[in-house]
Amino acid sequence: MALFGSSKKNYSTITVKKRDVPDGLWMKCPSCGEVVYKEEVAANLEVCTKCNHHFTLPRQARIDLLSDPGTFEEWAGNIKSVDALGFTGMQSYVQKLEANQSKSGWDDAVTVGGCKLNGRDIGLGVMDFSFLGASMGSVVGERITYLIERCTKEKRPVLLACASGGARMYEGMLSLMQMAKTSAALARHAEAGLPYIPILTHPTMAGVMASFATLGDLIVAEPEALIGFAGARVIKETTQQDLPEGFQRSEFLQEHGLIDKVIPRSELREQMSLILDYLCDK
Amino acid sequence: MSAQFSLPFESPVHKLESKLKELEAFSQEQDIDVSHEINNMKDKIEQTRNNIYANLTAWQKVQVARHPNRPYTMDYIESMTTDFVEIHGDRIHRDDRAIVGGFAKIDGQKVMIIGSQKGRDTKSNVETNFGCAHPEGYRKALRMMKLADKFNVPIVTLIDTKGAYAGLESEERHIAEAIAVNLRECFNIKVPIICVIIGEGGSGGALGIGIGNRILIMEHAYYSVISPEGCAAILWKDRAFSDQAAEALKITGKDLLKLKLADEIIPEPQGGAHADLQKASENLKLAILKNLEELNTMSAEEILQDRYNKFRVMGEFEGSVE
Ligand SMILES: [Zn+2]
Repeated sequence: MALFGSSKKNYSTITVKKRDVPDGLWMKCPSCGEVVYKEEVAANLEVCTKCNHHFTLPRQARIDLLSDPGTFEEWAGNIKSVDALGFTGMQSYVQKLEANQSKSGWDDAVTVGGCKLNGRDIGLGVMDFSFLGASMGSVVGERITYLIERCTKEKRPVLLACASGGARMYEGMLSLMQMAKTSAALARHAEAGLPYIPILTHPTMAGVMASFATLGDLIVAEPEALIGFAGARVIKETTQQDLPEGFQRSEFLQEHGLIDKVIPRSELREQMSLILDYLCDK
Repeated sequence: MSAQFSLPFESPVHKLESKLKELEAFSQEQDIDVSHEINNMKDKIEQTRNNIYANLTAWQKVQVARHPNRPYTMDYIESMTTDFVEIHGDRIHRDDRAIVGGFAKIDGQKVMIIGSQKGRDTKSNVETNFGCAHPEGYRKALRMMKLADKFNVPIVTLIDTKGAYAGLESEERHIAEAIAVNLRECFNIKVPIICVIIGEGGSGGALGIGIGNRILIMEHAYYSVISPEGCAAILWKDRAFSDQAAEALKITGKDLLKLKLADEIIPEPQGGAHADLQKASENLKLAILKNLEELNTMSAEEILQDRYNKFRVMGEFEGSVE
């Protein structure tokens, strides 16, 4: 959130002449500039049908992509964010939360649970950048920690689709400590010999990157996702450095040795299933 | 050290100090005994300073934590330990001078002491990168911790950084991964770890050497998820609101005790740690020794479980996960 605000507008709707098409059914892809049919893009997992640009995949669609139909059971759904600091700024934390809840229909920035993927029991978490920039508050940290701990107990691998602008400022230091808490749970999951794979989606930054997003046995990413620690603007301001082309993109990070594999969304389910075959089956 | 440096909120003290100088000069020139007035003035200065420091706001504490004369890790190592054996480098890239450390003895007790290091002049600031570590600094810290773990030496970390370095090289060598690995690996270290925020606790860069069985914070240090300036720029759209942001973020020792994120506040001498290094060191040393004594009675299993439990309960929310 610190870096991006909470806007999720990844594509712009263009005005098309009324006699040609009904309003709002078409959009212009910001990557290739082509006008594409929204429904087709949605059916294509929110990937541009002309240039393969990856738009944001909504939370439910991401859960559906990575679980067998009807198998996903939400865990730790009954916890709610609270304004522990009594944060007084231009807008209160409570107001921010309420606005994001009514806008999205979700209660917070992550959903976790158990499901099957190609018949295998797994733990799955999906972070949602459209909710307060998927910033890491206590609820986000607690759900992810619970997911990992329960999977350690039930001997399940964990897949975690990451996205985040970083810390949730409204929760101050409580937010920072979620990095420690989730990492602690991962230490025990790893100790038990269980696989954990973070799937980095656009964008994954800051505190989430400096904790569970980079602690995978493998770290995979969707194409062209923005991935890093500090924002490019901050780096430019502090260092006056020119940043290379493709800086902090998935492909750049694969080249620089952090990302094991950039996987197009169309292959994600199949590839995750295959990798888990290698890691889980003796 | 820049002895002239003073903080804006200390101006009442400086006004009195210049009056004192006038008095002393007057007494010498005129050869008149004003020792009574001089002593009164000294008392008043002392009182004024104590009053100011007893009531610092969060933003004023940030100023004190950044005071250029504030003791840094090497100052504490020199004044509170003996037989220091410094260890260099991450064995991959280089020796990051923003994080220093090695074996030392505190009252004869062996420890691995690791801390952030800032500079006091241009040369040392370039060398230490103003206390902002690159990935190799965090990897060096972890190497020292694993070394200590292998040879059963307890670990003390002294934290004083604005944050991890935000730069191209930092990103290219994966600063986020370096910090993350430290977070995870610290939960596998079987010797006691005591972490002390001695100055600035700057977000993930501080947390990278901040996983311990005890989290102590010096009286005028702060620990924050984002700098007050950064928070003000984002939430108030104006850095001029840094004092409000500092207040709202709850970053002082008292706040952290209340949020159950820190265990203990280490008192500082009158006028702050920079006013009296010896006294500050003494207080720090006593706090470390007391906590070490408690932790030294625990088994390796208990140490691991204690550290896990400590961080497991951090966070506040309504309802229950089950
Ligand atoms: Zn396109």
